[in-house]
Amino acid sequence: MAFALQTEKLCKSFGALTVAEQIDFRLEPGARHALIGPNGAGKTTFVNMLTGAIAPTSGKIFLNDQEVTRTSQAARVRLGLGRTFQITTLFRSLPVLDNVALAVAERRGDAQRMWRPASAHREIIDESLELLATLGLADDAAAAAQDLPYGKQRLVEVAIALGLRPKVLLLDEPAAGVPSADTEKILRHLEKLSAEIAILIIEHDMDLVFRFAQRITVLVQGQVLVEGPPEEIAADKRVRDVYLGEATHA
Amino acid sequence: MSGYSADTRIRWTEWLPWVAAGAFFFLLPEYLSLGARILIFILFALSLDLILGYAGIITLGHSAFFGLGAYTAGIVSTQLAINEPFVQLAAAAAVAALLGVATGAVILRTRALTLLMLTLAITAILLEVANKATWLTGGADGLSGVKVDPILGFFRFDLYGRTAFLYCLIALFLGWWVVRRLIYSPFGAMLTGIRENTTRMHAIGAPVYWRLVLVYTISATMAGIAGALLTQTNQFVGLNVLGLEPSGDILVMLILGGVGRLYGAFIGPVVYLIAQDYLAKQYPEYWYFGIGTLLIAVVLFAPGGILGMVDKLRDKWLSLYKQKSSARASAR
Ligand SMILES: Nc1ncnc2c1ncn2[C@@H]1O[C@H](COP(=O)(O)OP(=O)(O)OP(=O)(O)O)[C@@H](O)[C@H]1O
Ligand SMILES: [Mg+2]
Repeated sequence: MAFALQTEKLCKSFGALTVAEQIDFRLEPGARHALIGPNGAGKTTFVNMLTGAIAPTSGKIFLNDQEVTRTSQAARVRLGLGRTFQITTLFRSLPVLDNVALAVAERRGDAQRMWRPASAHREIIDESLELLATLGLADDAAAAAQDLPYGKQRLVEVAIALGLRPKVLLLDEPAAGVPSADTEKILRHLEKLSAEIAILIIEHDMDLVFRFAQRITVLVQGQVLVEGPPEEIAADKRVRDVYLGEATHA
Repeated sequence: MSGYSADTRIRWTEWLPWVAAGAFFFLLPEYLSLGARILIFILFALSLDLILGYAGIITLGHSAFFGLGAYTAGIVSTQLAINEPFVQLAAAAAVAALLGVATGAVILRTRALTLLMLTLAITAILLEVANKATWLTGGADGLSGVKVDPILGFFRFDLYGRTAFLYCLIALFLGWWVVRRLIYSPFGAMLTGIRENTTRMHAIGAPVYWRLVLVYTISATMAGIAGALLTQTNQFVGLNVLGLEPSGDILVMLILGGVGRLYGAFIGPVVYLIAQDYLAKQYPEYWYFGIGTLLIAVVLFAPGGILGMVDKLRDKWLSLYKQKSSARASAR
């Protein structure tokens, strides 16, 4: 069976520091999969390797059974890989609408059109507005991204990724730094996403992880410690020791 | 403001430059050669604004394309004896475009200071080549004997510079129209995206590098055409079209006018070249002092350039006006 995403013996070192060690990872089609682990475990680095933002030291990456280890970021996006950033990465001074429309235009192959005004491309704008509406951002379309409250900025992160109509979506701490009331809101939107999208979520909030994920991978110092359904992970003593213990007194 | 939320209709203020140019033509006939020079530098500044103001490519080497265009137009006449103005323009555009692709493909993989140094190196090399290849370029004496046939076989370049002025005005109008189209298009919005957040552009699947090469080439072509216009209106090319100095000048003009605002490229050259014409003749020793002071003032107090300042004042005035009228309405 084809996996939506797969890695084989993926390794990454920054000089003497090893942040990924022989990671064998599989994401099923339509998965709700969480990647957890203490700070500095290498989660973001793993995502950056999957998207092609940084190159692995060794190992292989497959998207839907196609090897993409050396493929450009742009080509991986065209193959259906979307992501959000742990540190909000928006077009800060641009309107929220444009933030999403830029992604939609890239996906549609319209981003290189040079003649008709962007604001006359109704198809791009309508699709972007519709997407914003499903995330409860309809009223914020005209505001500059930087003027939105932080919780909404995190939703714009998600909206941009959804504008690519990804088959695989990598969410790097979508609720990072958000007050708990807004975390709930973000989670509800994530739960509504199409079952056809395979989602890998990185998250520190254990409530959120256990509610959302059907499968959990625990990463510690660049190595997969254990992988399994939530109940098993919750019961695993090693996980408690290295991770959950830390998280409770963090 | 370009992009998907922009109102792209032409505002009445956008006609002002053209009305001003028309008035200049009729009211100041003795200054038409200065006028043509200003129009050429506006076109040059516009090409720089496209890459610097919109795509965020920082360069100190834009004179490479301007100068190459200028020399190409001249050499086509002196070496190949082709004096048809449009052929000279096309040759300059093509050669500048080629240099744009070739150098862009190499240097646009780099960023920031490295990129700045590479752009500077390229125009410095061209300057040295132009200086040494005397047989082709005339070296330090400049390239004289450039001939330009009447435009469309009819409009001769006259002594008063009337034809030259109108010729440059039409070229600028076309250039402005193309740039305006570009920046309001999805392509322009995409360029703004690269300037605002390159990491995000990569993550939404934009082949950023190729897009930069593309816009760099378009800009190089325009700069090359501007250079060719300078040759055709002067019927001479000097070494001063290449190297750091003209690159710096055009950058200063654009910063003065306002970067990334389209019309900053119009205001900057007007202010700079008129001030230069006046000051540099009468007080040559104070000219650079004056322009330096002006630049410091603009960078410190009006980071949006002269045009940014105008926008700010207008917004202030508008909000004051609104307050007053609403106060009057509530008093009633
Ligand atoms: N470009 C880099 N150069 C050198 N070291 C790096 C680089 N990027 C990350 N690191 C280091 O690699 C380790 C893993 O970082 P990473 O950001 O992947 O962790 P993480 O699991 O996402 O942590 P967090 O939960 O805090 O987000 C850290 O020790 C970090 O300092
Ligand atoms: Mg991280």
